[in-house]
Amino acid sequence: MGVAGRRSRGKETMRVSEQEAVESTARGLGVFLERRREQIAQRWADAPLFRAVFTVSRDEAVEACKAVVDALCEVASTGRLEDIAAPGFDRVREQLGRMSGSRTRTGAGPAQIADEFAALRTPVAELLRAESAGTSVAEETESLLALTALMGTLRLVVMQTALSSGEELIARQRQQLLEVATPVISLWDGVVAVPLIGTLDSARSQIVMESLLESIVARRARYAILDITGVPTVDSLVAQHLMKTVAAARLMGAECVISGIRPAIAQTIVHLGIDLGTVLTRASLADALAYALSQQGIEVSPHAEVR
Amino acid sequence: MTPPSPGPAAAVPVLALGETLLVTLHGELHDGTAELLQQDLAERIARSGAVGVVIDISGVDMVDSFLGRVLAETAANARVLAARTVVVGMRPAVAITLVELGLTLPGLTTALDVELGLELLTRARPAAPGRRERGT
Repeated sequence: MGVAGRRSRGKETMRVSEQEAVESTARGLGVFLERRREQIAQRWADAPLFRAVFTVSRDEAVEACKAVVDALCEVASTGRLEDIAAPGFDRVREQLGRMSGSRTRTGAGPAQIADEFAALRTPVAELLRAESAGTSVAEETESLLALTALMGTLRLVVMQTALSSGEELIARQRQQLLEVATPVISLWDGVVAVPLIGTLDSARSQIVMESLLESIVARRARYAILDITGVPTVDSLVAQHLMKTVAAARLMGAECVISGIRPAIAQTIVHLGIDLGTVLTRASLADALAYALSQQGIEVSPHAEVR
Repeated sequence: MTPPSPGPAAAVPVLALGETLLVTLHGELHDGTAELLQQDLAERIARSGAVGVVIDISGVDMVDSFLGRVLAETAANARVLAARTVVVGMRPAVAITLVELGLTLPGLTTALDVELGLELLTRARPAAPGRRERGT
């Protein structure tokens, strides 16, 4: 309506009027979405995406669709079609996250979820086209373009929500792994052991080193055993971490024994040319404990007579 | 509570416990103090015929490459004079720092605290019974 009028003005106001034109188209789109809210919601409820998520009742799906339409309407009326951080999306962010989460659990990949959200554009575009049958071609194209931009932004919001929830999960699990996987156990008076399980990276080996040294002080340990039975692979970096831990324990006055080196790992170490010559090694945790005990002059023997 | 040593380096006290000398380091160690300590220790070992030296660094909360070198040199000096050196009381944070600096001090004997250090020295001694005539 007003668009065509502004269009016809002089060249010098082209830039400003273009900006205004985009905003007025966006506002027009907002008005359209608000007016056709019910219809759009009904059509979306039949779309594969909402049918797959809200399997129990159709009313629930319609309600969810209305929430999304309201959010889009609010974003469109503020004119921020391309803005993922637009405040209008905040209300549906959680709902979108739940929807993509439930699709992911049923085995849909990110690409499929994105396709399903993209498919929501078609019913709205049909309605829009039907409504603007009387207006000029240019105006209809403008509105369709605005709608496409808005739906693209919605897709981005969904992807962003899914990604950030995945990142939170990973961070939480990483923290749990760090807490769980590095216990220091007391085997005997003056003998502590750390059974290492899983891959050793810098962060973990730092924690292992710290907790081992702390417990050497706390338990006045003279022998520390690093058991690497549960470490799947040893490369030069892991070996370096182990050597550092051994050296630090030695500086604290504790002798460090590495146990549980599997044959395959022993071969890898030799192939890599890592020199473990300065490090005391034993085949198993039991051997390492036996060594620590014999060094302390402790002998473990069976009873002479068992009644 | 350790006042910075003004001007000429203040000497580090060396205590004699039987045949063992005990040195306790506190706070920062200055170049002059370190040199004085090495001379002092060498003389005391030669004079008293001590067979062991225990250096307690539990009061040191920052170790740099300089202190690392001083410890290694002191131990080497003592070895030439037929005494064993044990460094005791290193804190976990200090040990980690040293290892990260690549200073693993391979020639050095270590123990957790003074008690275990003295025990280590007495355990190692009976191997050389003929050496006792030298001292007074």
